[in-house]
Amino acid sequence: MARPGPRGSLGDAGRIVPRSGYTTVLTTLISAAMSFLAVFALALSLSSGTLAQRWSDTLAQTATLRLSAPQSEIGAQTAAVLEILRTTPGITATRVLEVDEQRQLLEPWFGPDLPVEVLALPRLIEIIESPEGFDAAGLRLRLSAEAPGAVLDDHTRWRRPLVQAAASLRALAWLSVLLLSAAMAAMITLAAGFSLAANAQVIRVLRLVGARDAFIAGAFVRRLTVQALVGAAAGTVVGMAAFALLPVAGEAGFLTGLGFQGIGWLMPLAIPPLAGAIAYLATRIAALRVLRRES
Amino acid sequence: MVIRLANVSHDYGGHGLLAGVDLHIAPGTFHFLTGPSGAGKSTLLKLCYGELTQNSGEIEVFGQDLRGMSRNALADTRRRIGVIHQDCQFLDHLTLAENVALPFVATGRPVPEADLHELLTWVGLERQANALPPTLSGGERQRAALARAVIMSPDVVLADEPTGNVDWDMSQRLLALLVELNRMGTAVMIATHDLNLIRTAKSQVSARNLRIADNTLQSAGSDL
Repeated sequence: MARPGPRGSLGDAGRIVPRSGYTTVLTTLISAAMSFLAVFALALSLSSGTLAQRWSDTLAQTATLRLSAPQSEIGAQTAAVLEILRTTPGITATRVLEVDEQRQLLEPWFGPDLPVEVLALPRLIEIIESPEGFDAAGLRLRLSAEAPGAVLDDHTRWRRPLVQAAASLRALAWLSVLLLSAAMAAMITLAAGFSLAANAQVIRVLRLVGARDAFIAGAFVRRLTVQALVGAAAGTVVGMAAFALLPVAGEAGFLTGLGFQGIGWLMPLAIPPLAGAIAYLATRIAALRVLRRES
Repeated sequence: MVIRLANVSHDYGGHGLLAGVDLHIAPGTFHFLTGPSGAGKSTLLKLCYGELTQNSGEIEVFGQDLRGMSRNALADTRRRIGVIHQDCQFLDHLTLAENVALPFVATGRPVPEADLHELLTWVGLERQANALPPTLSGGERQRAALARAVIMSPDVVLADEPTGNVDWDMSQRLLALLVELNRMGTAVMIATHDLNLIRTAKSQVSARNLRIADNTLQSAGSDL
């Protein structure tokens, strides 16, 4: 005759803390919500990084020289400036912008019919730097002596605040991830406290049969960590799905570029294990503290 | 000596409950502990397995001072003591078999399923192995509590009103199980206010009768 008894689960310590109860549901929901938000913070961080890189790359290693001079002298001064640039170490190429290119630059402000040819516009010269760059201060001194109407713009004043803004945005995003982690740890700690209080009978019985604190804490840690992992996985999947379904609008702007690209899609997968680790530590610390206090 | 209390006093909420209690439980002995409700029978048992701490005096279990024990050492000591509560104290989401096997699970040992089956058969609960505690009758719950208390082959069993919620026939059956356990060498102490139980036990076991009266523990002799 077969022996009675749920043989498969007899030694299953994972069943000691009941799965039902508002604390386990609470832990799952907290974990899901925080992970969902963490996906967005992570996306913001990655996008900020990409943006900072793009701005930096676009404006780096180029400079513009603006030459203002009377119409009768513009040709000679342009030649003089180009000669100076040619002999300046760290400059690999120069190019005088054509009239059509200047028109394109001004078109957004003045429209397509601007008579650029008759306007006394400064001559613009694009400078391509070598990777080592050139001595901007030295070049300015030479220009002031030989072409007083030349103004060198190495884009530093544009590039630096943009890159700094992107870097700040990225730092803010990582700070958000940290704050979310801390908030999740705090809330799971509270949930663990509630769970221990709600399961006082479990603790009483386990103590009665000779369980050590580490075992009792472990039973609660297992239960709440599993619930946190389940919630985090669900929140992460929903968050990633939201980004996958976002409309793509090319490279038109920052917000349209918010999301994950390529290997970046793997990064949110780190959120559930991180949430599990946070839940494990928070629950263990809370459980051991409560067990010592209640002894 | 299994358990030794020397001049133990215990207050409950500022009210003196036990004073100057001396108790010696030797291996293989059988004790009845009686007294009116609220006299401190349960308190005395809880002091014996370290759930409560005395206000003064000494309590030694298996030669170790309970007060000086680390938390882990206290847990390990409890593994050698089988405790039966009047309200049984089960985990209601686990089956009866899982509850009975809990001391093995809680101490990280593999559950000896053959022994478990044999034990459930001994207490007459083999058919209820998969039942949840709330579906069991009072007698079944008490027998399950007894099975859980003895599954680790403890050196002593402390039973707090084990027949409090069962009829006369069932109380006799539980008594017989405890007497049988005692014959196998386990020390037993039963706290009960059921004097008929004590009287009927006379024919089965040589027991020492103790009574709590006026906050002290006295020998009740055979005048119960």
